[in-house]
Amino acid sequence: MDKITNIIITGVGGQGILLASEIISESAVLAGYDVKRSEIHGMAQRGGSVNSHIRFGKKIYSPLVMKGECDLLLAFEKLEAIRMADFINKEGTIIVNDQQINPVPVSSGSAVYPENIEEILKKYFPSVIFVNAFELAKQAGNVRTANIALLGVASKKLNIPIDVWEKVIVERVPQRAIEVNLKAFHLGLQST
Amino acid sequence: MKKLLSGNEAIARGAYESGVSVCAGYPGTPSTEILETIANEYPDIYAEWAPNEKVAFEVCIGASLAGGRALVTMKHVGLNVASDPLFTLAYTGVKGGFVVISADDPGMHSSQNEQDNRNYAPFAKVPLLEPSDSQEAKDFVKSAFYISEQFDVPVIVRTTTRISHSESLVELGEVDNVEEPSGFVRDVRKYVMIPAHARQRHVVVEERLKKLQAFSEETDLQKVEFGDDEIGIITSGISYQYTKEILPNASILKLGMTYPLPEGLIRDFASKVKELYVIEELDPYLEEHIKAMGIKVKGLNRRLGELSPDILAEFFLNKKFDNILPEMQIPSRPPAMCPGCPHRGVFHILKKKKLTVTGDIGCYTLSVIPPLEIMDTCICMGASIGSAMGIEKATKRSDNVVAVIGDSTFVHSGITGLVDMVYNKSKGTVIILDNETTAMTGRQDHPATGRTLMGEETTRLNLFELAKTLGVEYVRYVDPYDLNELDSVIEEAINLDKLAVIITNRPCVLIRREAVPKSAEVNQELCVGCGLCLRIGCPAMSRVSPKDKKVKIDPILCNGCMVCAQICRNKAIVEKG
Repeated sequence: MDKITNIIITGVGGQGILLASEIISESAVLAGYDVKRSEIHGMAQRGGSVNSHIRFGKKIYSPLVMKGECDLLLAFEKLEAIRMADFINKEGTIIVNDQQINPVPVSSGSAVYPENIEEILKKYFPSVIFVNAFELAKQAGNVRTANIALLGVASKKLNIPIDVWEKVIVERVPQRAIEVNLKAFHLGLQST
Repeated sequence: MKKLLSGNEAIARGAYESGVSVCAGYPGTPSTEILETIANEYPDIYAEWAPNEKVAFEVCIGASLAGGRALVTMKHVGLNVASDPLFTLAYTGVKGGFVVISADDPGMHSSQNEQDNRNYAPFAKVPLLEPSDSQEAKDFVKSAFYISEQFDVPVIVRTTTRISHSESLVELGEVDNVEEPSGFVRDVRKYVMIPAHARQRHVVVEERLKKLQAFSEETDLQKVEFGDDEIGIITSGISYQYTKEILPNASILKLGMTYPLPEGLIRDFASKVKELYVIEELDPYLEEHIKAMGIKVKGLNRRLGELSPDILAEFFLNKKFDNILPEMQIPSRPPAMCPGCPHRGVFHILKKKKLTVTGDIGCYTLSVIPPLEIMDTCICMGASIGSAMGIEKATKRSDNVVAVIGDSTFVHSGITGLVDMVYNKSKGTVIILDNETTAMTGRQDHPATGRTLMGEETTRLNLFELAKTLGVEYVRYVDPYDLNELDSVIEEAINLDKLAVIITNRPCVLIRREAVPKSAEVNQELCVGCGLCLRIGCPAMSRVSPKDKKVKIDPILCNGCMVCAQICRNKAIVEKG
C-alpha cells in the first residue's frame, strides 16, 4: 500500500481516454488509496494527443508522473505509445492498443507513420503487450467498449480487486451498456 | 465523505458551501467547468454565462452590493477584460463576499499567452490566495469569502491548469448559514467613485492593506513545515506539491495567501534555514519581493512554461533524464478542426484568394496549422476586427484583407469593433463564423444561441439584424458547405465600396443534433492522387497507403459536409449511397 503506482494513459482525443482514466482513479479511491489525476482539456483535445496521469498510493503530492517512473503506460494508439515511452521505468509495462490513427501531417502526406512500432518498443522495453482492443470490443458486442477492454488488460497489472473495478464500471457507464462493458472488461482481463 | 474532485469542481463546491447567491463568468480554459459544475450540481444557485468577463464581473458587483455572495470566474486573459471594474471595486469595497477566480495557463495548453496573474493582486491592491490541490481549492474559496467580508474587499483566488484540471480527494462540508441578500443600501461616498469620493477611498485601500498584511502573518492559510534546516523552500500553489515530491525532507514555508505577503513570517523562516530557495512557476513574483526585503534567496524559476517534478529533480538532485528510445522521427499530432467543421470551407476559399486574414480566438485559430496555414494575426478576443480596419486605414486598401471571428467571440468583444468600422467609414469585410456555440472551450451557450447556462430558452441575439442595426448595409448569410456561394459572396464583399459583413451559418458538428445525413467516399477509378483535397486538412481523409497516392475517406470519421467533393477536379469524391 505504501508504494506509489504511476500510470499514464495516452491516445487521441475521442478514444474514450477520459472515461478510462476516471474509472481507474475512482477504482483506486474505492480500494482505499490516496489518488491524484491530471490531464489537459481545451485546444489539446481537438484531435490532438491526449495524456492522462494517474498516481495512487498512501500519500500523493505531485499529480504528474515523472519521466522514467511510469509503472504502466496504457496507449490507446501506437504512435502515442512511442511519444510517451521515455516516461516508462525499467520494470514498467506498456500496454498498446494495436490501432493506427494517422495524424494530419501523415494523412496530408508531409510526414510518415513509423512502420515498426511493435518491434522498437519490444527491443527497448522488457514488458510490452500488444492488444487488439477493437476485436475484444467486437466480441463483447459493441466496438465502442474498446477502452473498457483495455482497462481489463491493465487491471492485471494494478493492485485493485476485480469487484472494485466492476462496481465502478457499473456506476460510470450508461445503464443499457453495463453488461457489454463488463463483458469487454473481462475479455481484456482474460486476453493475455 | 471524501470525493475525488477536480480543482474546478472543488471551487464550485466551495462556492456552494459558502452559500453563494450569484455566479457569473465567460468560458475559458482552464476555468470553464466551475460554472458548468454549479449549473449542473447546484441548480438552486443563480449562474450565468455573461457576454464577456467584464460584464460577468459587473453582474457580480451588483449582487455583492445587494448583500449577496458572488463568484466570478475566468481564465487569466479574461481578467485583462475585467480589470477595469476590478481596480475600482478595490476602492468601493463590497457588501456580500466577492471572489474572483483567475485560472492561469502556464505552458499555454490552450491560451495565447502565459501571463502570471498573481501580479494583479499588488497592482489592484486586493488579497490573493493560491490553492495547491482540490481540497484547498474548496477551502480557500470559503476563506476568500470570509476575507472579502471581513476586510470589505474583493479577493482573487488564482489557480493554474494543474490545479483546475487535476483531481484529488476532497472532504465535503456543510453549507454555511448565510443570510439572504438584504438589498442595496445607498452609500454614495463608498459606491459612487467621483474623484472627491475616490480620494477618500484610496486612503481606505492603503489602510486596509496594512490590516491584510497583519492578517497574512497570522492566518493558517500560511503553513510552515520544518524539516532539515540545510535547505528552506518558500513556495505556493502547485509548486508546493512538486517540492514535497522531490524534497520531502526540506523545510518549507507554504504560502496560501500570496498578497499581501507575510514579511515577518518570511524573515523568521529565512533566519532558521541555511540556504533559502523560492520555487515558483512563471514570474519571479515571490523571489523579487523577498529579495526586495533584503533577504538572500535563490530562485528556481524558468519564467517560461510549466514547472514539473522533473525540472525540480534536475535542479536539486542533478538527475539526468536520458531518452530510452533512439532518435526517431515521430510525426506530431497537432489539434485539427473536426471532420465536417463548418469553418474549413471558408478558409479554403480565403487561401485560394490569397487574402490577409486577421484572426481571432476559437477553434478557427487552428486554420494557422498546416496544411491550411491561413491566418495572419491572432491577438486577443475581438482583435480581428480592429486589426483589419487598421490595416485598411494604413494601406488605404480594403480588397485584400478580411477579419474572421466566431459567433461567441463576436458577442464577447467584436461588436464594438464593428461599430468603429461603421463609425469611421471602413470599407472592409468581416466574416462571422456562426457555429451556434462556444466550441473550443467545450460547447457553451452564449447570447446568440438562445439558451442560458441554466438550460432555459431565452431571447436569441440575431447577429444579422444586429449588424444591420449598427449601420452595416451589406450583410449576407452564406452556407459554408457551399464553396461556390462562399467564393462569390466573399469576392463581392471585398470589392464592394462599402463595409460588408458575411455570416456563415452552420452549427458546430459537435452540437449538430440530427443524424449524419451522408458521408463521402472516393471513387478509386477516378482519383488520380493529386492530393488537392488533402490540403484542407480533414482528419477523415488520407492517402490509401504510403505507396498508393490515391485518397481514402474514413466513413466513421466523415461527417458528410462534402466540401472535399467540391474541391476535387476529377469528381472522384461522391456521396456514399
